[in-house]
Amino acid sequence: MNTPLRRVGLAMMAMFLLLLGNATYVQVIKGDDYRKDPLNDRVILEQYSRERGQIIASDGTPLAAVQKTDDRLEYLRTYSNGPVFAPVTGYFSWIYGAGGMERAEDDLLNGSDDRLFTRRVSDLITGRDPKGGSLQLTIDAKLQQAAFDQLQSQDVTGTVVAIRPQTGEILAMASTPSYDPNVLASHDAEAQEEAWKAFDADPGKPTLNRAVHENYPPGSTFKLVVAAAALAEGKTKDSQVDGRPVITLPGTNTPLPNFNDTNCGNGVTATLEEALAKSCNTAFAVLANELGADKLRDQAAKFGIGEQDLTIPLSVVPSTLGPISDTPSLYQTGIGQKDVRVTPLANAMVAATIANGGVRMQPHLVGKILAPDLQTISETKPDEVDEAMDADQAAVLRDMMIASENNTSGGGKLRNVTIASKTGTAEHGEDVGSTNPHAWYVAFAPAEKPEIAIAVIVENGGQQGLSATGGRVAAPIGRAVIGAYLGGR
Amino acid sequence: MGSPVPGAEGTPLAAASSTSPGLRPPTRRSTELFMLAFAAVLVTCALILVEANQERELSMQIVWLGLAYLGLLTVVHLAVRKWAPYADPVIMPCVALLNGLGLVMIHRIDLAMADVKYADGSTWSIAAPKQVLWTAIALVLFCTALKVLSDHRTLARYGYTFGLLGLFALVLPGVLPSFIAPEINGAKIWLSFGAFSIQPGEFAKILLMVFFAAFLVSKRDLFTIAGRRVLGLDLPRARDLGPLVAAWAVGVSIMVLQKDLGSSLLFFGIVLVLLYVATERAAWVVLGVVMFCVGAFAAWKLFGHVQIRVQNWLDPFADPYDRGHQILESLFGLGTGGLFGAGLGGGRPDEIPEANTDFITAVIGEELGFVGLSAVLLIYTVFALRGLRSALAVRDTFGKLLGGGLAFAVAFQIFIVVGGVTKLIPMTGITAPFLSYGGSSLLANYILAALLLRISNAARAPKTTPKPRPQQPAIADQFTVMVERPK
Repeated sequence: MNTPLRRVGLAMMAMFLLLLGNATYVQVIKGDDYRKDPLNDRVILEQYSRERGQIIASDGTPLAAVQKTDDRLEYLRTYSNGPVFAPVTGYFSWIYGAGGMERAEDDLLNGSDDRLFTRRVSDLITGRDPKGGSLQLTIDAKLQQAAFDQLQSQDVTGTVVAIRPQTGEILAMASTPSYDPNVLASHDAEAQEEAWKAFDADPGKPTLNRAVHENYPPGSTFKLVVAAAALAEGKTKDSQVDGRPVITLPGTNTPLPNFNDTNCGNGVTATLEEALAKSCNTAFAVLANELGADKLRDQAAKFGIGEQDLTIPLSVVPSTLGPISDTPSLYQTGIGQKDVRVTPLANAMVAATIANGGVRMQPHLVGKILAPDLQTISETKPDEVDEAMDADQAAVLRDMMIASENNTSGGGKLRNVTIASKTGTAEHGEDVGSTNPHAWYVAFAPAEKPEIAIAVIVENGGQQGLSATGGRVAAPIGRAVIGAYLGGR
Repeated sequence: MGSPVPGAEGTPLAAASSTSPGLRPPTRRSTELFMLAFAAVLVTCALILVEANQERELSMQIVWLGLAYLGLLTVVHLAVRKWAPYADPVIMPCVALLNGLGLVMIHRIDLAMADVKYADGSTWSIAAPKQVLWTAIALVLFCTALKVLSDHRTLARYGYTFGLLGLFALVLPGVLPSFIAPEINGAKIWLSFGAFSIQPGEFAKILLMVFFAAFLVSKRDLFTIAGRRVLGLDLPRARDLGPLVAAWAVGVSIMVLQKDLGSSLLFFGIVLVLLYVATERAAWVVLGVVMFCVGAFAAWKLFGHVQIRVQNWLDPFADPYDRGHQILESLFGLGTGGLFGAGLGGGRPDEIPEANTDFITAVIGEELGFVGLSAVLLIYTVFALRGLRSALAVRDTFGKLLGGGLAFAVAFQIFIVVGGVTKLIPMTGITAPFLSYGGSSLLANYILAALLLRISNAARAPKTTPKPRPQQPAIADQFTVMVERPK
């Protein structure tokens, strides 16, 4: 009887081998397919089963929190004052993933970040934390609200970025039109889908954070960079530059006029200070040509224009001067046209760097990283990235910007605060003459001891259409935001 | 352990002394105790991992639970030491590990299901404390079985009685009205007495195995008589087909009356193996497989629920939210677990239906990964092979047949359930021995383990040496006496 018993033993071994082989196929070979199958909701449930960390403003105002629910997803993400802070917080959707800070700091918020590790005994065993860590942003909740209100009340598509020049802390980053991230966090799949499709179809692109995910021709605001390069080359504010009302781009018949074909200085030459204050195109086009593309590019790079892979920790699209392939292009680059593209954040950094005596700080949104129990794990230290200008030259440029501010029209001027600024009216589009220009305003204040640097852009002239200028459309918004910040104390 | 001879290990002297009638072979009971303790430690560690991963407080209570489990195992050990001292030392540690892991997983599934509210407003009923109680009862039953049954050959005497009882138990839920034998998840295999329900089929499996083993041993010669020879196979005589046809009929009737495909497959497989081992003739296997195929095909043609199972097996994605849901969630769980698993307590057993019974191996595969699932399968392999080894070593044919059958039953059952869960074969509702939640299954399998221990004890125990007869000098040594020729 032992022979058949042994054969039964072999049959048993064969059965176990079959099971092991099949388990290898299911778990190892096909495992990834099953894990990622859209019908498999384990991954998303895993995320929701843990209490996601909070996002709070610099003063502790909660921006994103969680609410316990009865449904399978356990925790509902909630955003207080959603549309105001949406460009910063982003959204957290179980269908569409995450955006903004929710995405950039997902590991910390969901508790899998190494920085949270070993805070509890069970972490050692399980390698994860039951709760996510929290983020304390550098965002000033009141300023963000003021910036959003300004954009909203003017009913414009645009953005405001505010930075503390000495540290690089981003104080506000508002973008309109905005959206309510609460609907994307809804546990109701249909509501979420409907909202997503509506946002997607909206020509105003409400989910776009214009401050960092879009770049625009900077127009005359770019003259700050050209002026800085000129100062570095030994020019002073009294150096004489071209003052003609219109010039012809070399080798072409294309005229390059000043705004309204006005004279600069005596109509032949003008001081650099006056050229900047009056934003003379001819002066800076010629100046750019004198400096050459390389020096221009170097100076721009020192301000951070051209930097790739910048994260704050939101990813920032690169700003660029373009290829500058010929002399006419160089002329146009000098006045921030042609292929020059900067993000509003990069432009705000130009102002902040000048305000900080020429020292460029690393812009950042995260002030502190907090443990689930809100104890501070780490704090962001101000990080000096580059010295873009000498302190003396920065002071000269500041004075030139004060003159520019004084020469700028537009409402909302502040009586007790000296602002240093530069406006821009950037042409764009296929048919420049009939496309409404973007209105820019970059500034910092108080000029003598700067506390805030801002960049404002209003897309396509806001409500003023073709007649829009940086001074008329963007400056009032910028001044109001500065006023809200400096008057708020 | 026997007293080792210093420096004599492996020497001819030691080999000789172990076979000499005066020295008893080692019982290996202390080895068993050590392995049982190791199993208890592993189970306790598993519990700690679950608690930690589920963010529950890690208290000394876990250690007390672990010690309590070790205490239970010590009682088992003492019972074995007393009533089956030469039993195989590996079988019980395997059982202890599987049973303990099962308890931890059932507790872990309780934790996952605690928040679940069903559509009818009811909530998950906590299973782990009940399973602990069942474990205690099962261990008592196990010890009792060892004590009462001092020789497995006694069972052979009651073969027919067991057979009738088994048949009765098997068919009972199928024929009783549904207020006492409700249809749960499409299978009519339970007897329900209020909060308490049993699955008589689990016991019937063992009763019928005893019957078949006894029956085949007594009528063994009949089945070896060859009938006609077809295609190189000696077919049995038609009249000897009785038992096989009966088993086939019973299997089919389970399938029809109770819609329990797994049990019917298991039952038929066991009978086939018993027949083959008893007669040593492959013809029975061929015949049985043919009959199985015919029956399975007919069932597939005739019954909707069989067709659904096969369809789910071939393409679970065809109806992912309803019919294919069970097997898909099982596969998703296994796939998400991957090679090393999500960690004990880190998976989503609330996603897997029937997580603590039929699909418990899927939960293990998700949380412990392929590595953990393989380990569990290997424990079953060791269990089954040790059982088979006892059957090989035991001297009586009934013991061989019964031991082989019991060992095969466990291996085959695991093949059916894990094969179903991993989509190797169509899913059929059946429990994983020792792991799954369910009192009947646990009790029956502990009885099965007791029988295997009893058989292995008989296999390893020294022969009771016959009383020495009074010494008589050999004839050659006798004095030769000259006897005077009678005159």
